[in-house]
Amino acid sequence: MIKAILIFNNHGKPRLIRFYQYFAEDMQQQIIRETFHLVSKRDDNVCNFLEGGSLIGGSDYKLIYRHYATLYFVFCVDSSESELGILDLIQVFVETLDKCFENVCELDLIFHMDKVHYILQEVVMGGMVLETNMNEIVAQVELQTRMEKSEGGLSAAPARAVSAVKNMNLPEIPRNINIGDINIKVPNLSPF
Amino acid sequence: MTIDTKSYGDVITDCHEREDSNFILVSLRLRMPAPIRLRELIRTIRTARTQAEEREMIQKECAAIRSSFREEDNTYRCRNVAKLLYMHMLGYPAHFGQLECLKLIASQKFTDKRIGYLGAMLLLDERQDVHLLMTNCIKNDLNHSTQYVQGLALCTLGCMGSSEMCRDLAGEVEKLLKTSNSYLRKKAALCAVHVIRKVPELMEMFLPATKNLLSEKNHGVLHTSVVLLTEMCERSPDMLSHFRKLVPQLVRILKNLIMSGYSPEHDVSGISDPFLQVRILRLLRILGRSDDDSSEAMNDILAQVATNTETSKNVGNAILYETVLTIMDIKSESGLRVLAINILGRFLLNNDKNIRYVALTSLLKTVQTDHNAVQRHRSTIVDCLKDLDVSIKRRAMELSFALVNGNNIRGMMKELLYFLDSCDPEFKADCASGVFLAAEKYAPSKRWHIDTIMRVLTTAGSYVRDDSVPNLIQLITNSVEMHAYTVQRLYKALLDDISQQPLVQVSSWCIGEYGDLLVSGQCEEEEPIQVTEDEVLDVLEGLLVSNMSSPVTRGYSLTAIMKLSTRFSGVNRIKKVVSIYGSSIDVELQQRAVEYNALFKKYDHMRPALLERMPIMEKAASNGPTEVAQTNGEAEPSALDSKSLPSVTQPTSQANDLLDLLGGNDVVPVIQTAPPTKLLEESCWTCWGIFLCQVGQFLLLSHPCPSPSPPSCWTALAHSPSLMTSLQLFHR
Repeated sequence: MIKAILIFNNHGKPRLIRFYQYFAEDMQQQIIRETFHLVSKRDDNVCNFLEGGSLIGGSDYKLIYRHYATLYFVFCVDSSESELGILDLIQVFVETLDKCFENVCELDLIFHMDKVHYILQEVVMGGMVLETNMNEIVAQVELQTRMEKSEGGLSAAPARAVSAVKNMNLPEIPRNINIGDINIKVPNLSPF
Repeated sequence: MTIDTKSYGDVITDCHEREDSNFILVSLRLRMPAPIRLRELIRTIRTARTQAEEREMIQKECAAIRSSFREEDNTYRCRNVAKLLYMHMLGYPAHFGQLECLKLIASQKFTDKRIGYLGAMLLLDERQDVHLLMTNCIKNDLNHSTQYVQGLALCTLGCMGSSEMCRDLAGEVEKLLKTSNSYLRKKAALCAVHVIRKVPELMEMFLPATKNLLSEKNHGVLHTSVVLLTEMCERSPDMLSHFRKLVPQLVRILKNLIMSGYSPEHDVSGISDPFLQVRILRLLRILGRSDDDSSEAMNDILAQVATNTETSKNVGNAILYETVLTIMDIKSESGLRVLAINILGRFLLNNDKNIRYVALTSLLKTVQTDHNAVQRHRSTIVDCLKDLDVSIKRRAMELSFALVNGNNIRGMMKELLYFLDSCDPEFKADCASGVFLAAEKYAPSKRWHIDTIMRVLTTAGSYVRDDSVPNLIQLITNSVEMHAYTVQRLYKALLDDISQQPLVQVSSWCIGEYGDLLVSGQCEEEEPIQVTEDEVLDVLEGLLVSNMSSPVTRGYSLTAIMKLSTRFSGVNRIKKVVSIYGSSIDVELQQRAVEYNALFKKYDHMRPALLERMPIMEKAASNGPTEVAQTNGEAEPSALDSKSLPSVTQPTSQANDLLDLLGGNDVVPVIQTAPPTKLLEESCWTCWGIFLCQVGQFLLLSHPCPSPSPPSCWTALAHSPSLMTSLQLFHR
């Protein structure tokens, strides 16, 4: 089982954290700090496996990490996962991110934290590996994004109303426009 | 779009001011400016230059979000929760958003549900009562018309569902496990794993649904189904035997994966779906573990995978690794096992560190069962001790200790001692303990043993565990013919360096015990050194005053000095030292000095007997003497070694007579076999204290002064810290 997935940059700033086991908030931050501390000390030409720190679990847990440019991808797993398999999984995850974001870089992860979570949700569920086929994952994420877009997305509400106001061509619109909660009554039809 | 930067309220005011004839009636539900977007917030936070600035911005935003939540605004709730989750990731409290997540989950919009479920998974868990409110929502969403909503519900339930939730919703999950929609089926399988983990009794419920899981074409479903089957087999032996019949099917699937040509859909670096292969191999391992028939059925495919897999990329090695583990775990034929170990041996020579690490780990697992096969790779393993990588070094060290046996002890020990010299401090304690254990088991000669111990003490003396000191002392005591050699070497080591406490403690004990051999220059093994009594006392006194000595060490040296009073000719110096320390600030030291002083003054006649040489200690695996002492009238035969040394039975018969007087025939003398660990520092003083309390009177009456050859109980007593307690009884 995967106990936690952490992505942080070379200075230890978290870019994505996902725990599949309950930890209190301050404990989570402590784990991130400790993991960063352990992982940043590592040379570049040593193996990618670390016995985990004392906080995140006893002897059964390992940290498996990969360093891509400015980001560390760390998976904390127990003995039921194959170490080499997890290395491949990290690779698959990063390649999926690359496909979804088109040449993914750290900024993409920073500004689209929610989207990264959604992609991860299609790969790992409840600490177990769900899907490893990159194309499948990308396709599913795409479809869900499209569903969101059709509803207007997270930032939809005022943007649509405002653009409606701006683009209003008064001669053409009907008497009552009902866009969500905003009622705009137009009695006179003259250029705006 | 310039309007973005303005608040919505401003826009409406603009419209008002524009034309007088037109009027725009806007029923605004929004009294405040719209909450900023997630992107805005992130951008703002990134401009913060200090932690304090960031905290300020976040606090401001939290306040805005809180008021927005209070307004029960449906439009912006999803945006606010998204921002809250971002701030939560940075480490700021976000618990006030928990209820909002629930409201989002109940919404009809997919966007709301998506962020709501994510928030629930990140912020909630079964410890909060709030989470139960989700149950109904999840139930409805599990039956939603849109598969993605169903997927969200399954995901959330599978991540943080509590046992109550799982019990309520298991039926829905089971239904979805039988659906033909592969997207949902694979999620339902993992959700079922979570349910089984939370509520193991529900495992039977999922059994019928597993019937045709393996006939799926979709690899995602296959993968998660194998995970589900693995979980069920691991939890219940009944399930395990039930699923054994699936072995042929699993073998077939694996064969197809290997033999099928290039399949672009599942290809990873030239291998067809390596993740699924690894999963199946793991399940085969569990199924074949103690079953001959299943193991037999797997032999061929395992051999095939082992020989056909490409090893140039990591994926190939991952499969090979899993194959090796499976071969070692099931009842495979010997040819296959040799093949597996050879693959591991090849891994050891691989340039890739990860592969080497993984090989060492698996060799460690197999060294117990296939010792000889692993021995063949000993030299490679020992080479790994010199690797730069900390993880590899640790594994190599553990494996090296496992490989040590009577034949290779000399060579291995050389390597391990070299490793001890040069390794990081974090390894030294474990390595030292390992060396001691190995030396004890396989030492070819006593001299070699003592040399090895000396080497460890001098190179890694400060990392040696505390309990090794008594063990070492016992070892030295028992090697009678090596006493002179040992004390000489220890003395020389002390001259060089007094900072390593375990070394100093062992050395001072030995000097105290065998100082006469040292001074008389009786060493046979090597060139005896010339040392005078004064020089020895100089060294011991040096230990007492040095800042580097711990209180325990000081106690050892004071006792050693005292013991030398019977072995050396010049007693005055020792008397002086002892009397000085009678007013030491250290209570322990003071007590000892006072007692030894009393020994000089009032009980000088007893001194030689008390400070006699220690007898050979039997290494009895017995309980502490205190146990026996407390039950002075009752015997604890198991606690004592029956083979008592002949030299001590004679004197102890006197003690026995005394005990008989007390009326306990079955009291077995505790004297001859005290466990070594307790003997030296605490000694049997507790038991003797109690013993003497009761017997003291008799002793005084029947033996006004100790006989020339006193019971060796006195020697034990001599090394006890609080002689006084016992002596006081006689004084009465």
